[in-house]
Amino acid sequence: MSVERVLIVVALVGGLAGGYLIARSRRQGRRSERPQAIHQILLPFTGTAISRRAVDAALRLARAEDATLMPAYLATVPKRLPLDCSIPAEAAKAMPLLEAIEQRATAQGVNVDARIERGRSYRHALSRLLDHEPFDRVVVPASAEAGGDLSPDDLAWLLEKAPAEVLILRPGPEDKRFVTAKNGSQAA
Amino acid sequence: MRNARHGQLKVFIGMAAGVGKTYRMLQEGHAEQEAGRDVAIGYMEPHRRPETTALAAGLETVPRQQVTYRGTELEEMDLPALLARAPELALIDELAHTNAPGVEHEKRYEDVRDVLAAGIDVFSTVNVQHLESLVDQVDELTGTRVRETIPDAVLGKADEVVLIDLTPEALIARLREGKVYPGENVEAALNNFFTVENLLALREVALRQVAQEVEAKRLVVEAPLGTREEERVAAEVPKAVGERLLALVRPQPSSQRLVRRAWRSAQRLGTGLDLLWVQPPGQAIEGEVERQVTALRHLASVLGATFLIEESDDLVNGAAKIVRERGITYIMVGESLPRRGLTRLREPLPQRLMQATPPGVDVRIVAHRGLKDTHKEKEAK
Repeated sequence: MSVERVLIVVALVGGLAGGYLIARSRRQGRRSERPQAIHQILLPFTGTAISRRAVDAALRLARAEDATLMPAYLATVPKRLPLDCSIPAEAAKAMPLLEAIEQRATAQGVNVDARIERGRSYRHALSRLLDHEPFDRVVVPASAEAGGDLSPDDLAWLLEKAPAEVLILRPGPEDKRFVTAKNGSQAA
Repeated sequence: MRNARHGQLKVFIGMAAGVGKTYRMLQEGHAEQEAGRDVAIGYMEPHRRPETTALAAGLETVPRQQVTYRGTELEEMDLPALLARAPELALIDELAHTNAPGVEHEKRYEDVRDVLAAGIDVFSTVNVQHLESLVDQVDELTGTRVRETIPDAVLGKADEVVLIDLTPEALIARLREGKVYPGENVEAALNNFFTVENLLALREVALRQVAQEVEAKRLVVEAPLGTREEERVAAEVPKAVGERLLALVRPQPSSQRLVRRAWRSAQRLGTGLDLLWVQPPGQAIEGEVERQVTALRHLASVLGATFLIEESDDLVNGAAKIVRERGITYIMVGESLPRRGLTRLREPLPQRLMQATPPGVDVRIVAHRGLKDTHKEKEAK
């Protein structure tokens, strides 16, 4: 191989590597310039089902605002156990529901960042979550059947304390559809 | 010369009171007696169950000792009397029982240890929720805190463990028929502890526990000759459990899906789960990364998993190090992003992991089910 050819190959490889490095540094630069504003919508729930209307409303909002949906399962830990103990039985209830919500969200192009939060009561769990996660909105179903373990008092407390907009959904009389663990959603 | 040998311990274990542990112990006691052995009841708790009391007839019972505690007369097993009687086989109910203050030992399993040391074989009974390592789990599953416990090693050292199994429905039927508790206590029991959900959970725990005991003993038997028993047990216990799972995570929300799947697999296998983030050197844990690391740590705590951070400039090397250190048998990874540029020339992550880890370690790629469903919908259109 002649010296010229070697030089051409070296120049070509050098040029490609340089181009790659420049493109990467620009991409990283753009990333670091992005605003750090957190755009999250919290969807707290309890039990083994959640109102489909609440999930869909939260997803619509998240899609419209390019926000991340944070479905959060609120778990209660009895006082005889440490608050930070593992809770496999509660987690076993939460996991399939979080999976079902995430699948619905993915199908609609919405980012999801799920949580399981422990507390001595549902309100305590919600309070802990609000303490360490920032939200723009909270969507909460007020049905007595799905996610209904947040009492009217809890909802009033949420309206007063949550550092975010709170959207409490009162279901219509025929709204009996829930997202459940088994198949993502079903008509009750 | 009997004292030269150590007695053999056989434990009848069940998911809850009423499955028939004491009954089965008495039946086997009768069978041993009919086979010509000298059998005596050291202690039996009939729980006012007429069938159990009737079955005890024909077996000699060593009288209990009376103990006065805070002005109340209590009855406990008379250990000195049993040792003096020295049968070939002693039937001693309720291994997890706590003795009244003033007798030889605080716990009945300590009495049993003395009996075994005297060369007397023992049949005993215990419910699975009394095992020390399971107390928190049972509490979380059933809402009932068990106060009387035994160290797991007591069961581990038993020569035989027999599971007395009954379906939750059959046990509840027995309860309704008054065969477990007297009539006035039945409703309270049904409303509190004896629910189908509780019993299903406890049954699963009992079945798993006995399966682990069986596996541990099988492996101990296969250990090389000339090894001390304690060493053999200690060396083989990790293998006895079978699998240990590792999920490779990144500080981003999509890792939670991987953790969920990994945890469910760990639950099915009845084994532990480790979550590992291989942190590139120099990457600061701050901002969004810190938030996601905190979320992963929090999730690990909820699930009873272990969250590990290993600093390494190579994901595969970092993971392989942890695999070797923690005896991992199963690695779960999420789907990789589409490979671009020069990364296309590299071998895919699962292959590199397989090469870098010890033989026998499985690698599983966890697919995104949501994406799969979207793909199907597109195909259908």
